[in-house]
Amino acid sequence: MQPASSRTRFLPGPRRTRYGLLAALVCSTLLVPAPLMAAGAAPTANPAAAAEVEADVFAPNLSHFTLTNGMEVVVIPDHRAPVVTHMVWYKVGSADEPEGQSGVAHFLEHLMFKGTTAHPDGEFSKTVAELGGEENAFTTTDYTAYFQRVAKEHLPLMMAFEADRMENLILTDEVVKPERDVVLEERRMRVDSEPSSRLREALTSILFVNHPYGSPVIGWQSEIEALNEDSAIAFYDRFYTPNNAVLVIAGDVEADEVKALAEETYGKVARRAEPGARVRPAEPPLAGERRISMADPRVTQETVSYSYLVPSDATGTDGEPEALELLAYILGGGPTSRLHKAGVLEQRIATAAGAYYQSGSLDMGQFGFYAAPTPGHDLDEMEKLIRAELARVLKDGVSEEEVAKATKSMIAEAVFAQDSQQALARIFGSALTTGKTVEDVQTWPQRMKKVTPEQVQAVARKYLSGDPVVGLLTRPKPEDTAAATAPEKQG
Amino acid sequence: MSVARLLKPVVTGLGLLGLALTSAQAVEIQKVTSPGGIEAWLVEDHTVPLVAMNFAFKGGATQDPEGKQGLTRLLAATLDEGAGDLTSEEFQARLEEQSISLSFDTGKDYFYGTLRTLTATRDEAFDLTALALTQPRFDAAPVDRMKTQFLTGIRRSKQDPQDIASELLYKSLLGEHPYTWQTEGTEESMAALTADDLRAQFKRVIGRDTLMIGVVGDIDAETLASALDKTFGALPATSQLDAVASLEFTPGETVTGLLDVPQTQIFFALPGITREDPDYQAAYVMNHILGGGSFTSWLYEEVREKRGLTYGIGTSLAPYDAGGMLVGSVATRADRAGETVEVIREQLRRMAEEGPSEEELVSAKKYLTGSYALRFDTSAKIAAQLVALQNSKLGIDYFDRRNGEIEAVTLDDVKRVAKRLLGASAPTFAAVGPEASVEAVRKAASGG
Repeated sequence: MQPASSRTRFLPGPRRTRYGLLAALVCSTLLVPAPLMAAGAAPTANPAAAAEVEADVFAPNLSHFTLTNGMEVVVIPDHRAPVVTHMVWYKVGSADEPEGQSGVAHFLEHLMFKGTTAHPDGEFSKTVAELGGEENAFTTTDYTAYFQRVAKEHLPLMMAFEADRMENLILTDEVVKPERDVVLEERRMRVDSEPSSRLREALTSILFVNHPYGSPVIGWQSEIEALNEDSAIAFYDRFYTPNNAVLVIAGDVEADEVKALAEETYGKVARRAEPGARVRPAEPPLAGERRISMADPRVTQETVSYSYLVPSDATGTDGEPEALELLAYILGGGPTSRLHKAGVLEQRIATAAGAYYQSGSLDMGQFGFYAAPTPGHDLDEMEKLIRAELARVLKDGVSEEEVAKATKSMIAEAVFAQDSQQALARIFGSALTTGKTVEDVQTWPQRMKKVTPEQVQAVARKYLSGDPVVGLLTRPKPEDTAAATAPEKQG
Repeated sequence: MSVARLLKPVVTGLGLLGLALTSAQAVEIQKVTSPGGIEAWLVEDHTVPLVAMNFAFKGGATQDPEGKQGLTRLLAATLDEGAGDLTSEEFQARLEEQSISLSFDTGKDYFYGTLRTLTATRDEAFDLTALALTQPRFDAAPVDRMKTQFLTGIRRSKQDPQDIASELLYKSLLGEHPYTWQTEGTEESMAALTADDLRAQFKRVIGRDTLMIGVVGDIDAETLASALDKTFGALPATSQLDAVASLEFTPGETVTGLLDVPQTQIFFALPGITREDPDYQAAYVMNHILGGGSFTSWLYEEVREKRGLTYGIGTSLAPYDAGGMLVGSVATRADRAGETVEVIREQLRRMAEEGPSEEELVSAKKYLTGSYALRFDTSAKIAAQLVALQNSKLGIDYFDRRNGEIEAVTLDDVKRVAKRLLGASAPTFAAVGPEASVEAVRKAASGG
């Protein structure tokens, strides 16, 4: 286990995750890579149908259809509790923002709670609260999603409210200005207050020098400060339209009743815009090594990370994304992974060491390594550790047994994930807003089982042979610290 | 009990009548007693081929011996690091091969275990749990590895505004009580812990007399009964716990720490209420209106929505065994930290002196009763609830009673408990941030 990453606080933790900023959240620490992206990459079984681990098709009783105005609908029945999760996903994220308006996708997400002509002054939220519901929303580089969890009998009302705010949002200076301050506080909390988050933000901006993934989802401070009602509404009018949205409902419902309700609510929203194909500037191949190093006196655990651009689930073909998933698991996923074994258990030079694959984006994905030294060891040794394990895979590949074990574990994790209707809804919602189909998700176990050790080695050679983008989070050297804490001493 | 029943009292009142509640399945809790006399609460559900088991022993970090703070936390971290003939690596490999998840953790008052397994590996899962609970090895390598990780965490928390502020807050409010210890201990105490310490603490904390078990999923009562004896039957009959002194409060101080960060972290706390107190539900409702629950609380409205001073603010009741507290938390922009504290104080005063309106009370009760079912929609959540309910000794029918108890809270109850909790003394404030901001907090907290 990892006690250092699960410290219990005496106090209740930060209470609010309203308008959660998932991408920023999952990227906020070098040591805990991308839970959402990982979940998105590991689709899972449907409770009612997946009777065993060996199930070949996930969620076979899922229904999927499209309304006449172009809105896609996914229904995932789960009758264990009389509760539903209702989510609307828009195919728009920070990577779709106009130049110079970073953060507008997320800012709009906050403003969507302010009210509409028919339901002003946050009436939607007040109603959700009165019904004992939970609600929230989140924004990433590729999608923006809103959800409520309520007793099943309130589903029609949630659908009516959510359809209403797809076209009738009203904004005034009075609500926009304080909310912009809230977002600036959110940025200070999530990014500016955390050395590892500041490094991650800077590192991402050199990992993507041309593609908009290089800008933070929450936005650069100066650009957030310049956002206003007009920029938010322009973005809303361009992207919030039924033909750019996916409705996902999981829980104690049947497809027929949802279909009827969806036609009555969302079905009556006219197409407001034609957002068109999501073509972003490409990321060119770049020569030379890119390294970024940040020292901060508040750093207590130094870390190193290696990042590579690789295909995502959406852009990859020929089983390459599945092979990359297995590669990440074998190298650095489980408690018996190669990096953990070598660095933490055998050489005892690392407190943590691992690898991950962020596969869930519309454009390119990322493959990453990380390692943190134990006292008395340094980041050079961590780099050697990563390079040695990577070199071993490039040279000798992985064994049949490792692939079989990893596949079994990953498919079992998917069965565990089906315990939560929310997790299921998120898996399908994120897939459908990042270039994948329902079928892609449902046939994931079949594809995983086909991956061979040769394919795992081949993707490693193809994508991880070049130079990584390296991030180093360090403590200031002793002489710098002395200078910083004793400014009165003249050198 | 029936989760479906919990949903019925909710009235929409919004003109759109919901669907009838026809297909809801009731979730029944069974009390299962093994041949060996071990009791567990079970919610049987065969929809998903998995079993979730949570269990707890009384005696968390408060049971750390003087000078050995962090011991119970280290025990939790090392109990799954090798047992019987299996070394740490072998034990972890066995869990991974079978896709079994077994972990331990500690709070202030309780020591927790969590098991997740697919049906196919159920027997092995119970066997491995039994092995960890009866023959842990505490080998030098994994113990050292865990200590190193904790020491890293302790050093990190010295740079963490929340950790610094919470330590300041509780030392000021509670003096030297064991609740003020960090569960990881200090660098000195953690570094000095040994495998012998772990063996001694294991004997003191792990005993059948305080064991509470909740099981959910693909297992019937009969199978569970025999599994209980197999898993827990060989544990010592009794634990050897020290009594924990009741909390004594010295509220009203303002304590501050300096850190060069862009936001100022503020905590505030007052003496609260314990779970057995007859006014507990009234206090729970009052806290919801003040700063809990949904996005509609007074503090959320005043501090975030109207003034944009923070991304998040909230309060909660912390009903520990030795005493309760009411604790609030906010991270705010440093240059307006004083204003934030002024707004908080004003809302506390308003709640103590005026209390909420009848309308606010009705809304709060609707939320609290309506949302109760959301705590029961995954096996993992239900298993955790089953254990928490047993720990607080509320009875197996509490799930059925609970919404009625919330409904019964009157406006007078809320006003009375608000006056009692918020009107008796000034809160303790702890603030960590740049110097000017914590000075502003000092000034605002003292009414200046």
